[in-house]
Amino acid sequence: MKNIKVLGSGCRNCETTANLITQAAAQTGVEVEVQKITDMAEIMAFGVMSTPGVVLDGKLVHSGGLPSQEAIREWLSD
Amino acid sequence: MFDAFADLLTYQLFGMQAGSRAADAVHFFIMDSSKIFVLLLLVIYVMGLLRALLSPERVREFVRGRPDWQARSMAVSLGAVTPFCSCSSVPLFIGFVEAGIPLGVTFSFLIASPMINEVAAVILVGVLGWKLAALYIAAGLTVAWFGGLVMQAFHPERWVEEYVWKIHMGEAARLQTDNSLIARHRYALAEVKEIIGRIWVWVLAGVAIGALFHGFVPAAWVSEHLGGKDWYSVPGAVLLGIPLYSNATGIIPVAEAMLGKGVAVGTTLALMMSVAALSLPEMLILRKVIRWPALALFAAVLAVAFTLVGWGFNLIS
Repeated sequence: MKNIKVLGSGCRNCETTANLITQAAAQTGVEVEVQKITDMAEIMAFGVMSTPGVVLDGKLVHSGGLPSQEAIREWLSD
Repeated sequence: MFDAFADLLTYQLFGMQAGSRAADAVHFFIMDSSKIFVLLLLVIYVMGLLRALLSPERVREFVRGRPDWQARSMAVSLGAVTPFCSCSSVPLFIGFVEAGIPLGVTFSFLIASPMINEVAAVILVGVLGWKLAALYIAAGLTVAWFGGLVMQAFHPERWVEEYVWKIHMGEAARLQTDNSLIARHRYALAEVKEIIGRIWVWVLAGVAIGALFHGFVPAAWVSEHLGGKDWYSVPGAVLLGIPLYSNATGIIPVAEAMLGKGVAVGTTLALMMSVAALSLPEMLILRKVIRWPALALFAAVLAVAFTLVGWGFNLIS
């Protein structure tokens, strides 16, 4: 199962990002665990300053702004 | 072009009487909202295409480890070209502290960033003309430079929350970016959607206030009270701007209406800067990383600086 962390201290775009990923996962039937990381120390540990950031299986794949649909599909596919 | 469009809608379609107050207000509203939104779309799209928008991570890399004056110049100019969402000011603050960037430099960045950005600059030129745009930008850069310097003199380190010093930041992973034209186009469209989605309310509200001012406030009253003769109109404008908050773009149509009615240039600039850079929500967000004395000092330094700028311009104009 994939593990996706959404980094962000409760801004609206962070919520939206988490929802987009959950929806896309439900549509494609991929099993995925989406965690929201709101603790600042933990977010910064990934080297992220512009939220929302997305971490896929421990690796940072996106930061700053909403991710595109294509990007999300790509994360879920491989 | 926008003028003709507003003429058509106001007088032909709505059949309003030219010269009446309501018609003036409606005309202003249609002209400014259409003009500003067209400009916004163009600027943000082109910036997105060029990927000209710097991320805070990049800014941090640029500024860290430089001598003070160099770091400050870079923080001020980079702050001016990065429109960042105030929701990122906390990670930004922590990231700067962690990189060993002096707090005064960080404050310079935090002042410049909401006040000036390239999107607002283009709208300023389009709506108020290049002269006023240059004045506003020069004043903003100066305030950001000296504001940070003054903050530094008070040793704000003692007011930084304890946990901030303990955070250790990980190495930022280099995200590879697809630089093909189609990827840039997609990115630019997403930027347009994201930024306009965030600021359209401020812009419409600004245009509406500007329209009401333009249509209904008598010019005689303005020149009597806000013409720049009285010393208190500038600090008044700054105080008025503190509880009011808007995006830097949203305040431009208000300034246009004020200037059109003869409000003094310095008074208008003071209000613009105060509304864009001094805001309660921003202060509350920063409260997560610094304690009240530093925030109060920050607000006071800015209020004094804006007042001085306003007086200065009223004096020479």
